[in-house]
Amino acid sequence: MRPPIDIERISKSYEDIEALKDISFKVNQAEIFGLIGPDGAGKTSLFRILTTLLLPDTGDAYVQGYHIVKDYKKIRNIIGYMPGRFSLYQDLSVEENLSLFASIFGTTIEENYELVKEIYSQIEPFKDRRAGQLSGGMKQKLALSCALIHKPEVLFLDEPTTGVDPVSRKEFWGMLKNLKAYGITILVSTPYMDEANMCDKIGLIQNGEILSIDTPGKMTKNFDRDIYAIKTAQKHKFLLSLKSYENTHSVFSFGDSIHYIDKRNEITESEIRSSFSKMELPEFKIEKIKPTVEDCFMELMK
Amino acid sequence: MSSEAVISSENLTKKFGSFTAVDHITFEVKKGEIFGFLGANGAGKTTAMKMFCGLLRPSSGKGFVAGLDIFKDSEKIKKRIGYMSQRFSLYEDLTVNENIQFYAGIYGLDRKTIKRKQQELSDKLQLKEYQNKLISSLPLGWKQKLAFSVAIVHEPDIVFLDEPTGGVDPVTRRQFWDLIYEAADAGVTVFVTTHYMDEAEYCNRISMMVDGRIEAIGSTEHLKAKYKVNSMNDVFLILARNVEI
Repeated sequence: MRPPIDIERISKSYEDIEALKDISFKVNQAEIFGLIGPDGAGKTSLFRILTTLLLPDTGDAYVQGYHIVKDYKKIRNIIGYMPGRFSLYQDLSVEENLSLFASIFGTTIEENYELVKEIYSQIEPFKDRRAGQLSGGMKQKLALSCALIHKPEVLFLDEPTTGVDPVSRKEFWGMLKNLKAYGITILVSTPYMDEANMCDKIGLIQNGEILSIDTPGKMTKNFDRDIYAIKTAQKHKFLLSLKSYENTHSVFSFGDSIHYIDKRNEITESEIRSSFSKMELPEFKIEKIKPTVEDCFMELMK
Repeated sequence: MSSEAVISSENLTKKFGSFTAVDHITFEVKKGEIFGFLGANGAGKTTAMKMFCGLLRPSSGKGFVAGLDIFKDSEKIKKRIGYMSQRFSLYEDLTVNENIQFYAGIYGLDRKTIKRKQQELSDKLQLKEYQNKLISSLPLGWKQKLAFSVAIVHEPDIVFLDEPTGGVDPVTRRQFWDLIYEAADAGVTVFVTTHYMDEAEYCNRISMMVDGRIEAIGSTEHLKAKYKVNSMNDVFLILARNVEI
């Protein structure tokens, strides 16, 4: 039997732009699969193909065993889709939006209330407010409720957390985790690298190509270079010096520290320390660290 | 960075009917500073920023930008500031050079200076082959870098950046911050909003807005120490939602 999402060599071009280049991967049942990459990577094209809104140039894909072209009507009944741009009816109230989505799929809010309860109860106090008047975080909760109200088997969420503050983002991921208990398979895209750890499996995507697919844990574990975090009061000055240093493989600012990879293999921390001491650098602390998914992404982009 | 304040406000307030969007905010931003203006969605950041840009008249309080009163001199303020947001920056159906010419022209730069700026930007951002191509053909990362450079083409005292790096890949995001540092070194004050908490660390100081008020202000080291946490994400959680860490 095919897994809930099965993508086989999908390609798509718009005139001379190759949006998707030979993409293949599978998503297992009740898995949260994160498609991680910047704007223009091809995430939305892939979502539109899988939700039967766009035809691929070549390749095949199956959702719950149904083919995206031959069985498109069947797919539309069993999936939930939350597009990247807010797509609800701004002039309808919160409750009207939800009941509209329920009735389109031949169900009622009451019938599947259990599934959306945790999310919808947070916006229910505002059920008479027009959707256009909601804050960003509340719009996002309503859109997820509408995508869920017919109890879909597979959920497609295209950048649900873009432009949302860190607290609401954290809450949102908590809600997705709870949906796993209902056996729902989730494909979600995000430009935020730190959200990778909330997924069971991730695919890094850039310029229409999958750079790597793995669990977040294995991806960072397989990172084959030593990476060092440097802390200094003069970050920018330090960064500029290391950028022009001959043994630098890569150097990037990372929040309150700098992540540094040396060109020389098998070099120890004390060797790095002593080669740094020959340069005129501001005072610093250095330690070897575990890479993050963002480190992996930047290394793969090289 | 000098001790001269380029942005200052005292009890600055904006009400929409009975709703207070910005509630008596008092703070200062120094010349050459990179100042991060953080807060949850709906906390009042955009409303405050619009008042400083001279686009929205405050209800009460005082505010000065580049030495000019935001109540009386909003038109003069617009000449002294630059603005860039993720949502709107450049005209897609104009070429790179046309966009530079358009913005520089609006700010009253003469033809010779505009020519020089076009050349400078093309060299700096390595856009030579793209000079006469439409903006829509540029990759997003380049667009954002160009948009920033265009926002400061008239050498303003302050540049306001509203989530400038949203959706951009991690390498370009850092290159963008290199440009910000460069501008700040040249004396431009940078006022920036972001949802990336690692970017808060790149600012000299940040403020955190909650329900229209400035709930905390200071360097990230200072704030992390004050709330006894290791990351700005945790500072955000504590302040924005009163979450116990």
